[in-house]
Amino acid sequence: MEIFKLILMLFLIICAVSVSLSKNLLTSVIIFMSYSLIMSIIWVLLQSPDLAITEAAVGVGVTSILFFLTLKKIHLLDESGKQDENAEDQ
Amino acid sequence: MQKISKKERFEAWINGEIPSAEEQLLNESGRHVYQSTSTVQAKRRHKNPRDYQNAFEIKAFQKVYNVLSVVFCLALIASLLITVSYLPRVGGTDNPGNNEVAERYIEKGLEETGAVNIVAGMILDYRAFDTFGESCVLFCAVCSVFILLKVSDRETAKENDRIHEPKNDVILQQIARIIVPLGLIFGIYVVLNGHLSAGGGFSGGAIMGAVLVLYLLAFGFEKTERFFNEKVFRVITCSALSFYCLAKSYSFFTGANHLESIISTGTPGAIISAGLILPLNICVGLVVACTMYAFYTMFRKGGM
Repeated sequence: MEIFKLILMLFLIICAVSVSLSKNLLTSVIIFMSYSLIMSIIWVLLQSPDLAITEAAVGVGVTSILFFLTLKKIHLLDESGKQDENAEDQ
Repeated sequence: MQKISKKERFEAWINGEIPSAEEQLLNESGRHVYQSTSTVQAKRRHKNPRDYQNAFEIKAFQKVYNVLSVVFCLALIASLLITVSYLPRVGGTDNPGNNEVAERYIEKGLEETGAVNIVAGMILDYRAFDTFGESCVLFCAVCSVFILLKVSDRETAKENDRIHEPKNDVILQQIARIIVPLGLIFGIYVVLNGHLSAGGGFSGGAIMGAVLVLYLLAFGFEKTERFFNEKVFRVITCSALSFYCLAKSYSFFTGANHLESIISTGTPGAIISAGLILPLNICVGLVVACTMYAFYTMFRKGGM
């Protein structure tokens, strides 16, 4: 169990660092989703299942949907080719 | 550089043909040759917004900024780590968290609130005032999002997501047909069993809200509008919040005046027990579910 916990913690740190390091915003949001998922597993291991449910529903579901919507609103969710063109134009 | 009259300059500025003041300064010092039409200039500047070529000060301080930011980050990390090292050990018996308040919650919680789930007893009975504030914060957040993002005229709005709907994505719709009823039932279960098992109003409401968003994504606005529009949102949220407020006011009133409350705690473990916790859980769940759904509809184009 200890090793499993350590692996989860390691994943957590890797996710947290790579969210800020990834160039593509869409990738960042997806990594952030996996961060929340790992965090909810850790909540279960820390014996607080109610927090785990909330983390799974809010962190994975609602927050990332709102992030995706924001990305769509600022026109960053177009096809990758278009995105490069836009980046050059702006 | 010949002198131009003020009127001519103003007209030229209106037509967008005159360089700005700083560009003129650069011309006079001879560092930068002014191009004949300012449209070229504007385009070039638009293409490369971070043109530090002419900003000597920024260029000179760039290295200082980089070094300073690294130093600041290191100092922040060091101070946070030092603070963490002063924290008490997790689960220690003489931690400051293990005082008479936690003892009372654990020992008398079941008896006083009737809730098997001590967390629910805490947040909806001992600390119900906090939870009421949180629900109000959610409500205020939705109100401000409404004020900021509301599309005043839905039909004439150019950028409206409704015209692309429904998308009729087969995979999404088939999966939504399976997941939506299951998720809704699970959300309702989590809300109704908030005082018996893990979960409660907030988590159940978040699950229900997420499921509603999935339903909207799969089948479009026309289907969800039949049972959920702005009016329904307003009625549900306002009535849930006012019911919460009235119910807790009653229990605060009786508690503060040492009166006998007519609401009994019931037998612990039964579905209808724990006094006010079950209705309050339902209220919080409704507010949270509506809030999640309203956030989604307001953030996309087209409104509720």
